[in-house]
Amino acid sequence: MKRLINLTPSKPTRLLLGLLPFLIIVFIYLVASDARLAQNATDKLLPSFAQMGDAIHSLAFEASKRSGEYLFWQDTLSSLYRLALGIFIAAIIGFTIGLLTGAIPVINSPIAPLLTIISLVPPMALLPVLFIMFGLGELSKVALIVIGVAPFIARDIQRCAQEIPHEQLVKAQTLGASTWQILLRVLIPQLLPRLINAVRLSLGAGWLFLIAAEAIASTDGLGYRIFLVRRYMSMDVILPYVAWITLLAFLVDWLLAKTSRICFPWHYPNNK
Amino acid sequence: MTILPFDKKILEEKRAKAMPLIKAKNLWKKYGDNVVLERMNVSVNAGEFITMVGTSGCGKSTFLKMLLGMESPSSGELLLEGKPIPDEPDQSRGIVFQQYSVFPHLTVLQNVIIAREFEHSPLLGKLFGSAKRKVMEEAKALLESVGLTHALNRYPHELSGGMKQRLAIAQALIRQPRILLLDEPFGALDPGIRADMHQLILQLWREHQLTVFMVTHDLSEGFYLGTRLWVFDKLRRDNQAPNAYGASITYDLPVTRRKQELPAELSSGLRALTKETQDL
Repeated sequence: MKRLINLTPSKPTRLLLGLLPFLIIVFIYLVASDARLAQNATDKLLPSFAQMGDAIHSLAFEASKRSGEYLFWQDTLSSLYRLALGIFIAAIIGFTIGLLTGAIPVINSPIAPLLTIISLVPPMALLPVLFIMFGLGELSKVALIVIGVAPFIARDIQRCAQEIPHEQLVKAQTLGASTWQILLRVLIPQLLPRLINAVRLSLGAGWLFLIAAEAIASTDGLGYRIFLVRRYMSMDVILPYVAWITLLAFLVDWLLAKTSRICFPWHYPNNK
Repeated sequence: MTILPFDKKILEEKRAKAMPLIKAKNLWKKYGDNVVLERMNVSVNAGEFITMVGTSGCGKSTFLKMLLGMESPSSGELLLEGKPIPDEPDQSRGIVFQQYSVFPHLTVLQNVIIAREFEHSPLLGKLFGSAKRKVMEEAKALLESVGLTHALNRYPHELSGGMKQRLAIAQALIRQPRILLLDEPFGALDPGIRADMHQLILQLWREHQLTVFMVTHDLSEGFYLGTRLWVFDKLRRDNQAPNAYGASITYDLPVTRRKQELPAELSSGLRALTKETQDL
């Protein structure tokens, strides 16, 4: 018998083992839900899959009686738009600050300590400030995502910029490059895959800020819907919505990872 | 034959007229109390191939960094054609490091043309169309001379260690520097590959009429490649304060490519040194 650390499952086994916990969770849920519904057919806590399907069907494929919109898709679009805009602005701000503080010592000295402190401010604590300053519209929600995510990206990119071997910067200078050219041709291209990585890592926080902001002040959005139907204990809407948000998060992450591999093959030396 | 004092004077005058390419005048380098180099006086003419050996921390890499402009002298002068050497790296001095010399995000060809792009495109750092085709031809010719024609479109991580160093050398030569600095360029290579690289660097040194400064740990490599071998070591030692005195060039040996008998005292000293460096 080999040592445990030397046992590696084959590919199909690994796939099966990976699926197993999901199946177990679904099975436990089904059993528990059935048991509760058998006792009380109007139980709302653990709805059956059929009930969830009905709830989502009416939200996704039947126009709302009040506004004539398809709420599920409307919520999804609004949330994705806010998240994308927030993350996009945060990425641009974070990348610029991170690049400049990481590459240019004269800029690093005044900015880096400030950045460290700002990144320690809990963004959620600033949400009231944002509501007061920007009102309850779209701007404050996007601003929360930007404020929450940009410092993290900036610090990550700063660290990556400093990790690029000094030899490369010296080499570029011996080839006659100016500071601007070094930024443009040596640092920025090498930091782009790391930016994608930083964005992937910060998306979790991005969703958190988005849902929090929507829960408090909004008229649509995935987070808004979940918190709205909580009043009626509509687990048949909440659970599918949570699953849908998880799926969206997974897809965005997968898409970013794929894009990075296609655009920056040199960043993955072990991937032949 | 003895040299008369008279002859010596003429010789010195002649030497003074032909200005040395590099000249160190009473050069010192200290980091705080730590003296790395002291009282270096040396001059190098264009076309020499200087190899520098010595134990770790003896200041040979520091001297190379000063030639490159990454470090500046604490006192004394380091002159390039009579003027203080520029205090930041520029295209007059090419460099090949032991590693991290090439840009990982560019292909072999792009790694070489980027130097010309820096030169001709200050704003974008990139060339297009006919200008790009022109520098590509030049780069291809250079890459052919280092034997990388078959790998033009590969990324550095797809190259072996020897090929990476060939690329780094080609890259360092495209802006036609007069001085080429090599910081243990072949230290990480297999012996067979290293022999090939020796032939390559000697050939390029002749073709491009370079002045080469090379730091190496390998004494036989130093003797084989150089026209002049410098041994860095401390002349004075204080065991209570090992950093109180710096190193200097203790042996400055003219080397011919033919094997020659070394004076007995020297060869035993060098053997001790080789042993020391091999132990490292």
